[in-house]
Amino acid sequence: MLLGTLIYGFVNSCLLALLAMGFNLTFGISGVANFSYGAIYIFSGFAAWIFLNSAGLPYALCVIMAIGLSATLGVLIYHVVIKRVKGLALSEVMATFGLGLAIMELFRYFDFVGFKYTLPNLIEGSVAIGDVYIDYQRIAVILAAIALTGFIYVFTHYTRTGLAFRAIAQDERTALTFGMDSDHIAALSMGFGSALAAAAAVVVLPLGTIAVEGGYDVLLNALAVCIVGGLGSTVGILVASVLIGYAQTITANYLEPHWMMLVSLIAIAIVLCIKPSGIFGHQKELEERI
Amino acid sequence: MKKRKERIDRGIKVRSEDIFALTSYREMIYLLAPRALPVVGLLLFVPLFSPYWREIFISTAIYALLAISWDVLVSVGLISLGQSFFYGVGSYVAGALNHYWGLPPVLTLPVATIGGAAICTIALLPVLRLRGIYFSMVTLVLPLMILRLVEATRIFGGTEGLTGLSPFPGQLTEMYIANACLLIALFGFRRLLDSDYGLIVRGINDNDRAVMNAGLNIHWYKTQILFLGAAVGCFAGAFGTHHDMFAGMPGFALDYSIMPIAAAIVGGTGTFAGSVLGAFILVPLSEILRALGALRIVFYGLFLVIFVVGIPEGLFHYIRRKYHQFERWVDVE
Repeated sequence: MLLGTLIYGFVNSCLLALLAMGFNLTFGISGVANFSYGAIYIFSGFAAWIFLNSAGLPYALCVIMAIGLSATLGVLIYHVVIKRVKGLALSEVMATFGLGLAIMELFRYFDFVGFKYTLPNLIEGSVAIGDVYIDYQRIAVILAAIALTGFIYVFTHYTRTGLAFRAIAQDERTALTFGMDSDHIAALSMGFGSALAAAAAVVVLPLGTIAVEGGYDVLLNALAVCIVGGLGSTVGILVASVLIGYAQTITANYLEPHWMMLVSLIAIAIVLCIKPSGIFGHQKELEERI
Repeated sequence: MKKRKERIDRGIKVRSEDIFALTSYREMIYLLAPRALPVVGLLLFVPLFSPYWREIFISTAIYALLAISWDVLVSVGLISLGQSFFYGVGSYVAGALNHYWGLPPVLTLPVATIGGAAICTIALLPVLRLRGIYFSMVTLVLPLMILRLVEATRIFGGTEGLTGLSPFPGQLTEMYIANACLLIALFGFRRLLDSDYGLIVRGINDNDRAVMNAGLNIHWYKTQILFLGAAVGCFAGAFGTHHDMFAGMPGFALDYSIMPIAAAIVGGTGTFAGSVLGAFILVPLSEILRALGALRIVFYGLFLVIFVVGIPEGLFHYIRRKYHQFERWVDVE
């Protein structure tokens, strides 16, 4: 039981980190809170499903195409919608929220509901650690989370574009004087965030079915992790994922599974009471911020 | 030759701006007509409809109240994505009082309004100290999480909710209560925001540091506005729950969040009249489009995007401009 809790808690933590990473990346760099994040997540899931089952392409190609398509969608959303209202927090939030709703409910309208909408596992089978059985897909979730965290670290520290990302995030005006196009970078960050959502989707979705409600759940989870960890902080995301992930698994194992969602609610409540900007929040309280 | 559009105030607007408006009926009518229109429309005209349409106008009034509540919060710079939080809290407080203690609607409505607003304010108090999108994030998350809480703990009837609540004495009474409260909220908040108090509130939205420099406690003002906005939302919830004779999980559903926001954006923010106008366009429209089913929410979403990006001023500001000003094309020298 203890070993199981440890292992599955870790899987759950990695899963949460995967879900929150894209949202956090976009916000951290361009300051755009992408409330259509959940919609992009299920969009990529359904896109992969359509490529696989309607077009009959090999699965690896489907995954790559789904990720590419989501990234394109993200860039497109930035250029068509967000760019026009950039800097107006109200309008950004409303526009992306409305767009996400429209995308998700469009899938519901076209009847993408049911158990047949599942993605295949990357690798079938399971392995025993001690007396705990864990399937390869869950191990893939762990590996994907570690790989993507590593990738983001390397990307933002050692590549030209990645350094430009961080420059824009730290001080947009100074970055502009060095010839970095903040619109271009923000569009890229939207694309990157969407690609991360898609990557999370193809790794996480095989564990269940692709459902429209899943989109809302993903946005909820991402927001919960970001609120607890602090917006725009990658370390915060990881810490919050581990905290919430283990707390959820412990609740599910020792209390009852349907109490799991309460954990994030309680975590949010506690964090808001103690440190409203999150454990590692950059977005400080009003008095501290100039 | 290049042209530009020139906007000039109508003569009648200028003439009716001060006490001299009292010298002519035309100018008094010019001033009164826009204000009398909602009053006459809601109290005299709307009750003439068939019972089926009255039912729709009652729910329109509920959505309009939620839209006003959203607009109140926006006036101080708080963007709520979870109006259903206020609706749900109001509906559960009223429902519980009525279901467990058998209090009549005369008592549950005010208690749910004040008590619910207090609960919402306390729940959202920590977020008020933060700038930016934190308020939106938390308000979006809260109602959806509370749904899970109700589902998991089975409090207040769980998934089945509280049924068999006392209804209002009659449809017309109900309609008049809804419309009267809508008018009070509409004109009351317009007046409040035109006062000195409203100046501070709008100042916090425009530049919070400047208001702090003036030695005013912006958190206290934000708390007050949050309480007022939440009170309107909770009243809508309490009213709606007696209207449906049911308090349950649908109260926290996304419908009550997205519809008021869409109404306020389509109508135009900052004036409250825009929110009411938007609700009276969108809710009957969605009733006519009932056959479309899930596609309706798609339309609301797209409406939101189109209006936010393309027509950010909204319909009310457009109409008001046409009413007060005329436009003509002039040559650019």
